[in-house]
Amino acid sequence: MIRYILRRLLYAIPILIGVNLITFFLFFVVNTPDNMARIHLGVKHVTPEAIEQWKAEHGYDKPLFHNPEQHGIRAVTETLFVDRSIKLFSFDFGKADDGRDIARDIKTRMWPSLAIALPVFVIGIMVNITAALLMIFYRGTRLEYAGVAGLIALMSISSLFYIIAGQYFIAKLWQWLPISGFGGGIDGFKFILLPVLVSVAAGIGSGARWYRTIFIEEIGKDYVRTARAKGLSELRVLFRHVLKNGMIPILTGAVVVLPLLFTGSLVTESFFGIPGLGSYTIDAIRAQDFAIVQSMVFLGSALYILGLLLTDLSYTLVDPRVKLT
Amino acid sequence: MSFQPVILWTDALIWLLVLICGGFAWHIARTPALRASWRKVLARPMGMSSLAVLGVFVLVGLADSLHYRERLDNGQLDVEVKSLLDRALVPFTARNERTYSAPLATHAQSRETVQRPDGSTVRETPRLQFGGAHLADPQQDWLGDVMARTLKGLALGLAASLLFAVLLAVPLKRLWRCGFAAALVRLWRPQEGDIAWKSLLLTVSMLLLTCGAVASLAGGYHVFGTDKVGQDVLYQSLKSIRTGLVIGTLTTLVTLPAAIGLGLLAGYFRGWVDDFIQYVYTTLNSIPWVLLVAAAVLIVQVFIEQNEASFSSVAERADVRLLALCVIIGLTGWTGLARLLRAETLKLRELDYVTAARAFGVSGPRILARHILPNVQHLILITVVMDFSGLVLAEAILSYVGVGVDPVMNSWGNMINAARMELAREPIVWWPLLAAFSFMFALVLAANLFADVVQDAFDPRTAARGGKA
Repeated sequence: MIRYILRRLLYAIPILIGVNLITFFLFFVVNTPDNMARIHLGVKHVTPEAIEQWKAEHGYDKPLFHNPEQHGIRAVTETLFVDRSIKLFSFDFGKADDGRDIARDIKTRMWPSLAIALPVFVIGIMVNITAALLMIFYRGTRLEYAGVAGLIALMSISSLFYIIAGQYFIAKLWQWLPISGFGGGIDGFKFILLPVLVSVAAGIGSGARWYRTIFIEEIGKDYVRTARAKGLSELRVLFRHVLKNGMIPILTGAVVVLPLLFTGSLVTESFFGIPGLGSYTIDAIRAQDFAIVQSMVFLGSALYILGLLLTDLSYTLVDPRVKLT
Repeated sequence: MSFQPVILWTDALIWLLVLICGGFAWHIARTPALRASWRKVLARPMGMSSLAVLGVFVLVGLADSLHYRERLDNGQLDVEVKSLLDRALVPFTARNERTYSAPLATHAQSRETVQRPDGSTVRETPRLQFGGAHLADPQQDWLGDVMARTLKGLALGLAASLLFAVLLAVPLKRLWRCGFAAALVRLWRPQEGDIAWKSLLLTVSMLLLTCGAVASLAGGYHVFGTDKVGQDVLYQSLKSIRTGLVIGTLTTLVTLPAAIGLGLLAGYFRGWVDDFIQYVYTTLNSIPWVLLVAAAVLIVQVFIEQNEASFSSVAERADVRLLALCVIIGLTGWTGLARLLRAETLKLRELDYVTAARAFGVSGPRILARHILPNVQHLILITVVMDFSGLVLAEAILSYVGVGVDPVMNSWGNMINAARMELAREPIVWWPLLAAFSFMFALVLAANLFADVVQDAFDPRTAARGGKA
């Protein structure tokens, strides 16, 4: 088991190097530091000296891959690629263009993200499973048909609509909850409620529909027929047998996003003014702060790979037939 | 009036796609197995209805994909690139108001300081230049006029629906070898083995009735109101259809070669080819999707800004950005299908008929093309149809993040993005948002329902369970 985990972690290294090469290529080769300086300085202030000064201030004044002014190993290490990409491996994210420490920002901002994403994840799974089980219980009836049509309609609505409608009706018109913002402690609960509610609602359509297909697949299997044949009630069959076995694909499918809960949701956070990593990223994209975007790409990729590893491990936990080699 | 046709990049690709679809249709017509599956799709009322709705959207999109530039009186070309759709919608483009006005309104949304002929000034909501301008006394005549126009539109729609039924019955009469009246009856009461003609008739009638009423009202009002600069919102929503369709279809067109090629290769040849392709798609997959798209779009934006001079019109610049967006989403989105095809190919390559072909000395590429590809095409079709709606929805998100289509381009995402400010206004401006959401919802819902039916008809797993999952 430990050897398997170690091998998987080693396998993550070439993937992360690939990720870094792609982002580095996108950020620094296609869009050179000179360009970035020009964007940040604005049209009026572009002079060669100003560009050089901006680059020096923000640490972009080194060559991309090879530094002819240095000798030996330093010719390779004193470059932008090492500065901006390799250092990410030690989770040294450097500084944003406005001089703030990115690593510290990430550490403080991941908690608000988690405060939204974790409840959405847990409540979402429970609600979706309930909806899917209900439809399985009433399968073949008009109720199920209407339910499936309803789910398709729900998933055809843009997630932006859920957010805007939720903010308008619940927060502005009826004033049940604050429209946006974030606070710590017990008081912060009321800020979390609306974004969680909206996100769960937006996810029901596709989520419950997916779980329904999983349960339908299970219900066609032999063990269900056996359970029915020995005289179990339909409810008992559903909860004791179908739900239990259906949970395997559901949970293992959910595990992959578990680490990514830290990075939060871009759109939800920026609509609700939550000071998490999602809004951090969106602000960085809008301000064209490449240092932050690159750090977030790296972090997201690393967490995704962690998620894949956890998925494989979770298979062995829930299904004793799976053996890792 | 003379004009010069303009072929934008996306236009060319759209018409190429139409050609491909035509070829595909011809292929289906000649292959009995495929024909049977598609017949199953069309026999389901839901499949027929959603296909009809999608068809209308596609027609509007295609009309918006024939671009031209008018030659002005002084012999020079107009800078503005127009489309056939613009030409048909001249009433909307020519009748701008000054700023916001509610749907079907006769007066502007907000008060303005107006100077009276006698020199005194008052604060009032001025009459619109176009909306309801034909009414002598809006307060009294408005309701009656709106009702009359709606009824007239509905009547026109009804007449058009009847005409449609007649036009449908004429060729079918020959196919079914029966009289005209019998054909009409059979349209309504299908016989065994008929496709869902009734749903087609009903859906088209509903669409025609709606279109009739809206068109009739649009002759005197702004049906969906006007936006900040006084442009008709209905016009914007119609123009946005093309953007949504382009993103939904061209992205897939870009995706397919990579996804099919790499997926089949990885599954068939295994070994280091498989390892390498798996490495590539795991790497691409592990980069957060929105961030990858955002980064790439930012780069394209910078590139476009630097080469501003090489675009002869705003439309061309916006078009290049739209195409770039499709390519970017496509390049980041092929991994799902590739993984699916790889898994399926791994299974198929061990089957007897493939082993037999290999024993006969058939070459690898030939086995892939003749034996594997035809047996995974249902997977490709299902993925393409399922992805479409997701892509249309993604456009709105990307435009909101600021990395979507060009801000000057009409798109539902841009409309929704602008609506954030409008919702905070007092009195609230809700109609651009509602219009964008309604159009998007109609398109995505039709696409999702269609995808559902296609999946049922083509997925052998659901087919084995008796058709309906």
